[in-house]
Amino acid sequence: MVALAHKADDEAGLGLAVRNVSHAFELHGQTLPVLDNVSFSVEPGEFVALLGPSGCGKSTLLRLVAGLEPPCGGSLLADGRPIDGPHPSRVVVFQDPTLYPWRTVWDNVALGLEAQGLLKQNRARVDEALALVGLSGFAKAYPHQLSGGMAQRAALARALVNDPRLLVLDEPLGKLDSLTRIAMQGEIVRLWQSAGFTALLVTHDVEEALLMATRVIVFSERPARITAEIPIDRPYPRHRDDPVLVDLRHKVLDLLGMGSSW
Amino acid sequence: MAAIEGAAGEEAGALPKEAPSLRPVIGGLSAAAAWFAVAALTSAWPDAEEWERTGELASLLAVVGGGLALASLLRRAQRAWPWMLALALGVAAWEVATAKLNLLPRPFFAPPQGLLEVYLDDWPRLAECVLHSAWLLISGYLLGSAAGFITGVAVGWSRAVGYWVNPVLRLIGPLPATAWLPLAFFAFPSSASASTFLVALAAFFPVTILTLSGVAGVNSAFYDIARTLGANKRFLVLKVAIPATMPHVFVGLFMGLGGSFAVLVVAEMLGVKAGLGWYIQWAQGWAAYGNMYAALLVMALLCSGLVALLFRIRDHLLAWQKGLLRW
Repeated sequence: MVALAHKADDEAGLGLAVRNVSHAFELHGQTLPVLDNVSFSVEPGEFVALLGPSGCGKSTLLRLVAGLEPPCGGSLLADGRPIDGPHPSRVVVFQDPTLYPWRTVWDNVALGLEAQGLLKQNRARVDEALALVGLSGFAKAYPHQLSGGMAQRAALARALVNDPRLLVLDEPLGKLDSLTRIAMQGEIVRLWQSAGFTALLVTHDVEEALLMATRVIVFSERPARITAEIPIDRPYPRHRDDPVLVDLRHKVLDLLGMGSSW
Repeated sequence: MAAIEGAAGEEAGALPKEAPSLRPVIGGLSAAAAWFAVAALTSAWPDAEEWERTGELASLLAVVGGGLALASLLRRAQRAWPWMLALALGVAAWEVATAKLNLLPRPFFAPPQGLLEVYLDDWPRLAECVLHSAWLLISGYLLGSAAGFITGVAVGWSRAVGYWVNPVLRLIGPLPATAWLPLAFFAFPSSASASTFLVALAAFFPVTILTLSGVAGVNSAFYDIARTLGANKRFLVLKVAIPATMPHVFVGLFMGLGGSFAVLVVAEMLGVKAGLGWYIQWAQGWAAYGNMYAALLVMALLCSGLVALLFRIRDHLLAWQKGLLRW
């Protein structure tokens, strides 16, 4: 269980700084602004949730953090150094598990180590990561044989096996049924607590953000600007009916313009 | 819990223990009887004209009947027996219409013993032709497919390569490989190398097009995830793009194989002085229609054998697809 937590020390979490980042897409010859002068920073070991209406540009921000695209303006720093490309210390788990259908679950989880040429010495880590997400019995299964929740667990194991210092979660539970969702919210928080990485979660589910994160950053409609930052100083495991969280939920829904509908 | 599982296991295990049906055995034996009947008919009913190998044919038919009877008793003919029965009836009809009653115009329709005669007397030449055709087909096909695969991956992956190669493919690709025949036969030093080139060309185009469209259509999230996990370009091509494209590649390989057959036969009929295509042409020139049918049958077996082999390779390489779609 704690096998992957051996980096739970000072250097486990990565510090992230987003400075005046703006981004836009070219669509049919028109410029579509997505991010408008966004700045925030994440301390090592923090669990920050980015909350906003769907399509507001949160996922774009995650692509920039992952280094998959450079921003149009501003800069992103990981531990003070500019992000200039993807790096296995910053791993993304996307909304779709996107497992490689031609690889078994084991080979999917091993992909990062294989790509970095570290697989031979670290085969045991793949088994550990599978055990961590409860998929040991499915190592030889192909992705199409898994349920949605199991596939997302496999995707999580594929990220965790690299000992990421920043785990970027792009609505990873968005497509799961509500029971699996609740179970995995707790699991991810436990993994974060034991491994000590920094977590950045994008979600449009207010409750999910409040249950999991130490701080919630609320975004406006596209182009996304930050409208509020809300620290959540509640112990884990948290409960949905915690009065402080219920109050916060009203406040956040108000910020998102949904105050009257609750 | 374990007890419940054990009981469930026993129940599941009991299902196949049901007494196996006798129907396939009876069916197989009746099909065997039909083959024996055709053998008797062939041997007892005198031919309208004299055929040399009628006796051998009757023995062969009896051997088939015996083998079939043995297979049904060993329960190895569970699914094949209706086909074997139909084949026996077909051979009987063929034998009666040709050798026994001379109903079909000669020499265009040869009786079964006519084909048998070819296989018994002319087998060295036929075998040489089979080897020649098979070598030409396999070498040309492998060369063309390999070149097509590499070109497809390069064009699908690199914009620069695509810029230069795509227009050429679009212009020349749709041209049937047979249109190159006259050019190939004077441009290449030997007719063998010319026909290898043509067979390769026939396989090249479909494999290239399917590979490049497959590479171009790979889900970009596959690349994103591999990149965040530390994959370099080489890994992205070899471990992401190519495996993701393999189902397309196999469609191209099947299309290319069909094209290769066609070009092979035409090339052998027109310029090459060996191979099954040449044999058919030669037999027809001598009005030796028995030889022609014999060669056609061999060719059918060769082609379907290669297609079956390709299916086996695909089933092995793309086993992961089995649960995803119907093949």
